[in-house]
Amino acid sequence: MADTATAAPADSGETRRDFLYLAAGAMGAVGTGAVVWPLIASMSPSAEVLALASTEVDLEPIAEGQRITVTWRGNPVFIDHRTPAQISEAEGAALEDLPDPESDEARVQRPEWLILIGVCTHLGCVPLGQKTGQNRGEFGGWFCPCHGSHYDTSGRIRKGPAPTNLPVPPYEFTGDTTIVIG
Amino acid sequence: MRKGMMFGLAALAALSSGTMVTTSARAAGEAIPLPQHTWSFDGVFGSFDRASVQRGLQVYREACAVCHSLKYIAFRNLADLGYSEDEIKAMAAEVLILDGPDDDGEMFERDGRPADYFPSPFPNDKAAAASNGGAVPPDLSLMAKARPDGPNYIRALLIGYEDPPADFELAEGSNYNRYFPGHQIAMAAPLFEDGVEYADGTPATVEQMATDVANFLMWTAEPKLEERKGMGIKVIIFLLVFTGVLYAAKRKIWADVH
Amino acid sequence: MSGFQSNNAVIKWIEHRMPIFSFIDHSVGSGYPTPRNLSYMWNFGSLAGVTLVVMIVTGIMLAMQYTAHVDYAFDSVERIMRDVNYGWLIRYIHMNGASFFFIVVYIHIFRGLYYGSYKAPRELLWMLGVVILLLMMATAFMGYVLPWGQMSFWGAKVITNLFSAIPIFGEDIVVWLWGGFSVDNATLNRFYALHYLMPFIIVAVVVLHLWALHQFGSNNPIGIDAKGPQDKIPFHPYYTVKDAFGLGVFFVFFAAVVFYIPNYMGHPDNYIPANPLSTPAHIVPEWYFLPFYAILRAIPDKLMGVIAMFASIGILFILPWLDRSPVRSGRFRPLFRIFFILLMIDCVVLGFAGAKPPEGLWLIAGQLATAYYFIHFLVILPLLSVFETPRPLPTSIGEPVLKGGGSMAGAPAKPMEKA
Repeated sequence: MADTATAAPADSGETRRDFLYLAAGAMGAVGTGAVVWPLIASMSPSAEVLALASTEVDLEPIAEGQRITVTWRGNPVFIDHRTPAQISEAEGAALEDLPDPESDEARVQRPEWLILIGVCTHLGCVPLGQKTGQNRGEFGGWFCPCHGSHYDTSGRIRKGPAPTNLPVPPYEFTGDTTIVIG
Repeated sequence: MRKGMMFGLAALAALSSGTMVTTSARAAGEAIPLPQHTWSFDGVFGSFDRASVQRGLQVYREACAVCHSLKYIAFRNLADLGYSEDEIKAMAAEVLILDGPDDDGEMFERDGRPADYFPSPFPNDKAAAASNGGAVPPDLSLMAKARPDGPNYIRALLIGYEDPPADFELAEGSNYNRYFPGHQIAMAAPLFEDGVEYADGTPATVEQMATDVANFLMWTAEPKLEERKGMGIKVIIFLLVFTGVLYAAKRKIWADVH
Repeated sequence: MSGFQSNNAVIKWIEHRMPIFSFIDHSVGSGYPTPRNLSYMWNFGSLAGVTLVVMIVTGIMLAMQYTAHVDYAFDSVERIMRDVNYGWLIRYIHMNGASFFFIVVYIHIFRGLYYGSYKAPRELLWMLGVVILLLMMATAFMGYVLPWGQMSFWGAKVITNLFSAIPIFGEDIVVWLWGGFSVDNATLNRFYALHYLMPFIIVAVVVLHLWALHQFGSNNPIGIDAKGPQDKIPFHPYYTVKDAFGLGVFFVFFAAVVFYIPNYMGHPDNYIPANPLSTPAHIVPEWYFLPFYAILRAIPDKLMGVIAMFASIGILFILPWLDRSPVRSGRFRPLFRIFFILLMIDCVVLGFAGAKPPEGLWLIAGQLATAYYFIHFLVILPLLSVFETPRPLPTSIGEPVLKGGGSMAGAPAKPMEKA
């Protein structure tokens, strides 16, 4: 406090005292930081969550035009066995019309299989369109009912508040009809 | 002031020494004195003897895993012991994991993956008891912390099988063990000379295997031991310096009072 | 609320609307006059406060990872120890923090006992402290149940069964405490809820404790009231820096245990998952409950044993009226000093007796020590008040003290003018 500092006798020990204050304060700050860090880090994903098994999916039973949903890391993953019409529609879209320009080729490994993380990039709802009869939006892909985002048959945002396309998870084909996500 | 402090310190010393003696007395119980081994993980700078822990893993897999689960250890944890990702994948793939249900509602078996935990030898405790004459073989993950002087106890127990003294009456289905409380243990001697063949050529004596498995089980019980001890040195050195600075500041500030 | 001044415009703006800065200044700042002769024994109050904060902070982090269910509690603790980032550190701090909290508080209590800090006008301050002790014990007991190991389970069973000693309603009360017919999921859940709640009740009582403290200020090793400003110095910076130094020393010991012998004060059986069908050979509570456990077992009657155990703490509430000696500090009471040392030894003996099986010599020792504990408070202290001749008291804290009383020689260098 200000008054004790001025009340203390000013002598040659002043510098030494200031140094001690400074050193103690600095070490206190460092120590506090070192204590706070593990507490914050403990809230990050733990080892068993990070190591969570990848999801294997058998594509065999999915008919053309059919969409299924699987779970990976706690999120829905959309698997869409696209029809030729859907593929050409996705490939035909002009990039300049897209809010988040990305070609369809860059989003699939095999054109007939579209794999997406089914979480709207606006605020995290799960878009409609996986089940027959559900609203697929104005572009025939998916429609998020929460705030009206329309996705096309490549899962790209076309209209509405979502800023980016539905993300593609890391996956690989381990056989002709099996993929491993993650 | 000095006298008051002395009384206070006496109180502290009395309380704390009381604590220490009671805990160690409690820990010892009526148990038989255990042969003391010098462990690499003891002491301030202690760390695991990787080679021994790896051999212990081999002993566990070949001798113990038939009856004892190790349910808190996942294959991915073996990276701590110096195994590579491929080695871990290969080891995991050797076991079958019950997974499911699949889309038809059926459970199915698949090859293990690094994220899987060591499978239990029995589907549940009742099955374990039924197969072992009513006694459930305990999970070994925490054994080194769940017994007083755990690592020495595990080692002693495994080398403690011998013929009972002439006047000792051994119950049906029991085995005599020098270091087991009461000397009658349901588990038959699990280790035999050259029962495993060590990849590194270490002679597999019973004592060697017992030591290795105890090392391994200390790791399974306290996998963060090395991280803990390493951090401890840094923290304590920091605190000592910090406390020294605070003491100097205290002396300086109090100089005009004394 | 004079004394606090600042030229900082923001501080002045806030202070005018809510005088929080002068409040802090009067609580732990330069505006709080404190006896100039406090020894290091007076560090343990602030140490206890810091330990309480450490326990609350680590406890909240653990609560984010813990699952209060009989099927998952043990596993979730192991997950904290193995998979959660720094989970082992946070858990070992919390686990050993409980022991250190009791070490600090027990020293704090014995300091109060020796220097007569419970005497007028600080009776209420002392009684609030006893309330804090009781709340701490309840919190520690329920916290120990949460990992759901063998000692957790059987400790919970034995301690809750104490209430079955209550005549007529006992059995019903125990079933109510359990929420079932044994210690089970309902019990674990309520213990978790209460274990989270009670630390905040402790914080509230600590605030009252400090409020009562500030009415008359700290007692001191000589035990006489300050005669004037020359006997006092401002809390800040003198005692803030002294407390900070003490805290540093405390943390060195704390860290040594957390990092090198984290399971030393625990019991191996608590690394075995709870098994309601198999009682461990030898149930013992945590070390800080051992003296009370010894008192419980010293009396071969269920109800009387429970009463004696609670009375051993309850007696502290009336301590200010049992010890009628007008002299506060044990330093000037030659006979009291001897009996104080005997009481400390007695408590240690009780601790040992609580750790041993209740049979043979240790049972007798426990019974004698229990008897002496109550005799000390109910017989010796009242008699001492009448028959003891205290040594002459110094006339003031600041002046040179009569022969051999203390070490406060020399003229006061920096009196507390503002007091």
